[in-house]
Amino acid sequence: MAQTKRDLLIDPLVDNNPITLQVLGICSALAVTSSLQVAFVMALAVTSVTAFSSMFISVLRNQIPGSIRIIVQMVIIASLVIIVDQVLKAYAYDVSKTLSVFVGLIITNCIVMGRAEAFAMKNTPIDSFIDGAGNGIGYGALLLVVGFIRELFGAGSLFGITILPTVNNGGWYVPNGMLLLPPSAFFIIGLLIWAVRAWKPEQVEEREYKIQVVEGH
Amino acid sequence: MPDASNENKGAIARFLAAPPDSVGKTVFIAVTLCLVASMVVSAVSVALRPLQEQNKLKDKQANVLQVAGLYEPGMDVLEGFSVFEPQVLELATGEFSDAFDAATFDDRAAASDPELSVALSDDPAGIGRQSKFVTVYLLRNDDGSLDKVILPIHGYGLWSTLYGFIALEENGNDIFGLQFYSHAETPGLGAEVDNPRWKSMWNGKKLADDAGDLQITVAKAVPPAGQDFHVDALAGATLTSVGVDNLVRFWMGEAGFAPFLENLKAGEI
Repeated sequence: MAQTKRDLLIDPLVDNNPITLQVLGICSALAVTSSLQVAFVMALAVTSVTAFSSMFISVLRNQIPGSIRIIVQMVIIASLVIIVDQVLKAYAYDVSKTLSVFVGLIITNCIVMGRAEAFAMKNTPIDSFIDGAGNGIGYGALLLVVGFIRELFGAGSLFGITILPTVNNGGWYVPNGMLLLPPSAFFIIGLLIWAVRAWKPEQVEEREYKIQVVEGH
Repeated sequence: MPDASNENKGAIARFLAAPPDSVGKTVFIAVTLCLVASMVVSAVSVALRPLQEQNKLKDKQANVLQVAGLYEPGMDVLEGFSVFEPQVLELATGEFSDAFDAATFDDRAAASDPELSVALSDDPAGIGRQSKFVTVYLLRNDDGSLDKVILPIHGYGLWSTLYGFIALEENGNDIFGLQFYSHAETPGLGAEVDNPRWKSMWNGKKLADDAGDLQITVAKAVPPAGQDFHVDALAGATLTSVGVDNLVRFWMGEAGFAPFLENLKAGEI
């Protein structure tokens, strides 16, 4: 691995973004992006889980038996997710109410598992931590972009603050209800992938190589 | 070769150097990891429980305040909540019960206690078991006369059970407000039950007509009974709206608060 620590953190933002390039973690990106606040907390939660799970798995990587390595990774990830969920319930009760089941579903987020299996099992704890954080931030950045579009045009607000007063509340903006439904995130993510690949054509070629490396859906 | 080099090391070093795929090590790692993980998770859960319980209680109290129209952002919820008089109500008789302490009685726990609840055969609200006792909150005027009653209601929507409160005027028929404090309906659609604009439509509606028949409905079209008994259904959330309709009618009906509302109208509370 010739990557520097800075590369590990910066690369997943655009050049190796888990969503646009690796096309991982799509399912949760559909669910939590209908409002920015939820997307933001989700991004934080996923970043901390990916970073710390990669670190812990990397610490144990030479001791984890190959036959049960996926289960070992799952146990570590699941424990961290439960901790995040509990902390949210204790210190950010309102947000945890809106996130409801989505926090628990971080366990099934392919990015967390993907980084654990593809990177943390072969690299040092510090590198793994940075790599995890970078991928979490890359995922989070995309969530925020999608959340921004969906909340602004679907509900006329950002972070719950009204930007475009909607007709329902006596304003002029007719919100696009479809943007509040999960399928709209598919369109937005698809368009974003298109945009990123038009901007960085080298990603189009890299894609086939990367898809062999990473398992997921 | 590995044996010879291992002799010079302690037990831990020998163990670490053992191949990870040996049966002993696999079992050891699995058991240890599970133990450590479960201890960490339990420790966090136990340590944060008091805070979480407090949050839940505060949230519920804030909702009682909201439904009664007394909530202001940033207010001291605990202090504001002290204006209410909590009472444990026996649903079947519609009378207050002294058997429980209203401050600590837990409706949800009672609903799953076989002693304190009944299994419903006719169950439009989709709640399965109904507690025989519920906590209601009374709001009194300065002279001690009744101003509003806040009644807990719950029932199934599309994805989840909605828990909420309905606030009624002292005549037991005029609705002051309705509010859900816990649900998991679709954000943007069913979750619009939290929309202040939709909630405000409940204000001023009536439960029953002059003949005493329950008429309140949540529907797209205005029912024959008239505008006073109609709350517009949520656009794009038919099943949630049907759920709210069912649960309001259930709780305001004979199996719910009807006996209590009778007593209320008779001025016996």
